[in-house]
Amino acid sequence: MSGFFDIPSDLQNSYFGLIGLHLREALLPVLAGLLVSLPVAQLCVRFRWLYPPVFGVTTVLYAIPSLAFFVVLIDYTGQTETTVMIPLAVYSLVVLVPAIVDGVRSVPPETLAAATAMGLGPVRRYLQVQLPIAVPAIIAGLRVATVSSISLVSVGMLIGNQGALGNLLHDAQIYNRPLLAVNSVVTTAVLAVLVDAVLVGVRVLLTPWMPKERAAR
Amino acid sequence: MIRIDAVTKRYPDGTVAVDRLSLEIPDRAITVLVGPSGCGKTTTLRMINRMVEPSEGSILLDGQDIRQQPVNTLRRSMGYVIQNAGLFQHRTILDNIATVPRLLGWSKQKARERAAELMERVGLDTALAKRYPYQLSGGQQQRVGVARALAADPPVLLMDEPFSAVDPIVRKGLQDELLRIQDELGKTIVFVTHDIDEAIKLGTMVAVLRTGGRLAQFAPPAELLSAPADPFVEDFLGADRGIRRLSFFPSAELELQTAPVVAIDAGAEKLASRGAAPYLLVTDVDGRPLGWGAPDDLTAGEIDRDRLLPYGRPFVPGTDSLRTALDGAVLSPTGWAVAVDGEGRAVGVVSQQVIGEAVRAAHTAGRPDAKAAR
Ligand SMILES: Nc1ncnc2c1ncn2[C@@H]1O[C@H](COP(=O)(O)OP(=O)(O)OP(=O)(O)O)[C@@H](O)[C@H]1O
Ligand SMILES: [Mg+2]
Repeated sequence: MSGFFDIPSDLQNSYFGLIGLHLREALLPVLAGLLVSLPVAQLCVRFRWLYPPVFGVTTVLYAIPSLAFFVVLIDYTGQTETTVMIPLAVYSLVVLVPAIVDGVRSVPPETLAAATAMGLGPVRRYLQVQLPIAVPAIIAGLRVATVSSISLVSVGMLIGNQGALGNLLHDAQIYNRPLLAVNSVVTTAVLAVLVDAVLVGVRVLLTPWMPKERAAR
Repeated sequence: MIRIDAVTKRYPDGTVAVDRLSLEIPDRAITVLVGPSGCGKTTTLRMINRMVEPSEGSILLDGQDIRQQPVNTLRRSMGYVIQNAGLFQHRTILDNIATVPRLLGWSKQKARERAAELMERVGLDTALAKRYPYQLSGGQQQRVGVARALAADPPVLLMDEPFSAVDPIVRKGLQDELLRIQDELGKTIVFVTHDIDEAIKLGTMVAVLRTGGRLAQFAPPAELLSAPADPFVEDFLGADRGIRRLSFFPSAELELQTAPVVAIDAGAEKLASRGAAPYLLVTDVDGRPLGWGAPDDLTAGEIDRDRLLPYGRPFVPGTDSLRTALDGAVLSPTGWAVAVDGEGRAVGVVSQQVIGEAVRAAHTAGRPDAKAAR
């Protein structure tokens, strides 16, 4: 019982179980971050003065080490996945808010004027014009946020085996099985690449309207 | 009718963009707002669909203040076309055009059928329907912009420099197309431009605005050219307004001479009988002009096509204006303009002198024919 894919029993998971866990712990925070970022970004577009302070706050939050978050959160949410996911969600804001703001601002003024002139109210204008045109920028932000989230999940091992694939690093040490560490690093990297590829695919599907040479970037 | 009543627009920063402007915009005609950059044209146009709210004064649509109906209802009853088209880059051409019908609750099917119909109306190949805006040329995008504005058949069309971002040849095509569509549909169009030639070509009425948003003159184009209200308008019209005014006088009354027109296969004695004209216009056997030749050269033997002088640009009497006729005479090295029929066959020639007399007669008669402008 010491092969590359043999997971020590203390982790209570198979190899694929760990992968599922890892994806959940990495992607749910990004999704939560996106849901928070959309309205926040819209407010920043609507009230220009709001953007610099919001950007400042997300940057400061990003600078707080996850350990510090854990220390505070553990009193409320205990040694759980939630404790790992909350800081990850907060970190995603630093990429997602600017990405959405830039995307929405990139809508040409004459396009917006045309929308207004045709009698689209603010809600329709946002949902039917600004948001779809911002999709490439939003997905670019999501790609950075998910990849960094996938790599950050591993720190969860610090609060009692909540690091999914990251836990293998710890086990590699205590069971003296360096291959487990290699497994952890390689699997995490492959996951990151695959999820990124999926996001690129989603972008391509959602934006048939992009000039091909621009889409290649 | 749209009635702009003593409207002033003062922006929050204190800029007075429009200053006590009053205009009566006639129904089913093209009214052009023209003036130098920053004179308040866009502001005026946007007050009509309430994208900008006046600081003072009011705007009436068919006698009713435009503020009395919900703003989006008002806007959906007015097509709007802007420079660079402002198309929705994320929607196909068909769906761009179908936008307002969809907002008005038409079914997707019906809206798309209508959109396809409009593509044809504005001269777009329906094969472009499934394309996205980036796959179209600037001129095609502008046509889509016009089709989109017309989609729900609004009685009013607001156009803000719609053709200024395309090259002169495409622009001329779009202008002609607009006039053709207007002949068919008879919309009430308010058209903004800073190009006085475009204003004169398209406008039934032209409002010249001066910087500071004040009205300098509101008149039909021919009147603008013949009687500019003040030095500002005169200056704005440019140096050759006398020549341009000729485009409002028809060329139908010009007396054409047929004696100097000879076919290339005419015999020598026939040529000799052509009187004292200094030059003869040689045509091919179908009567299409080839060029000018001196009688002595022509009688010497076989006519050499390559040695004929170019005949400039011919005009069509009745369709073209005196301006085109004069232009033809000026371009022709012999000083004579060539008149052709619709099929391009020479029907006669006319000298600069005769055109000059017609011009003088037109000036004294005074009343230009508005139709000849096109
Ligand atoms: N939102 C605004 N706030 C303040 N000033 C404005 C605003 N919009 C326009 N102006 C000013 O009002 C004046 C008229 O502007 P407007 O856009 O109506 O001019 P225009 O005749 O359309 O010019 P152009 O030919 O350059 O398009 C200008 O001096 C402009 O700077
Ligand atoms: Mg303007």
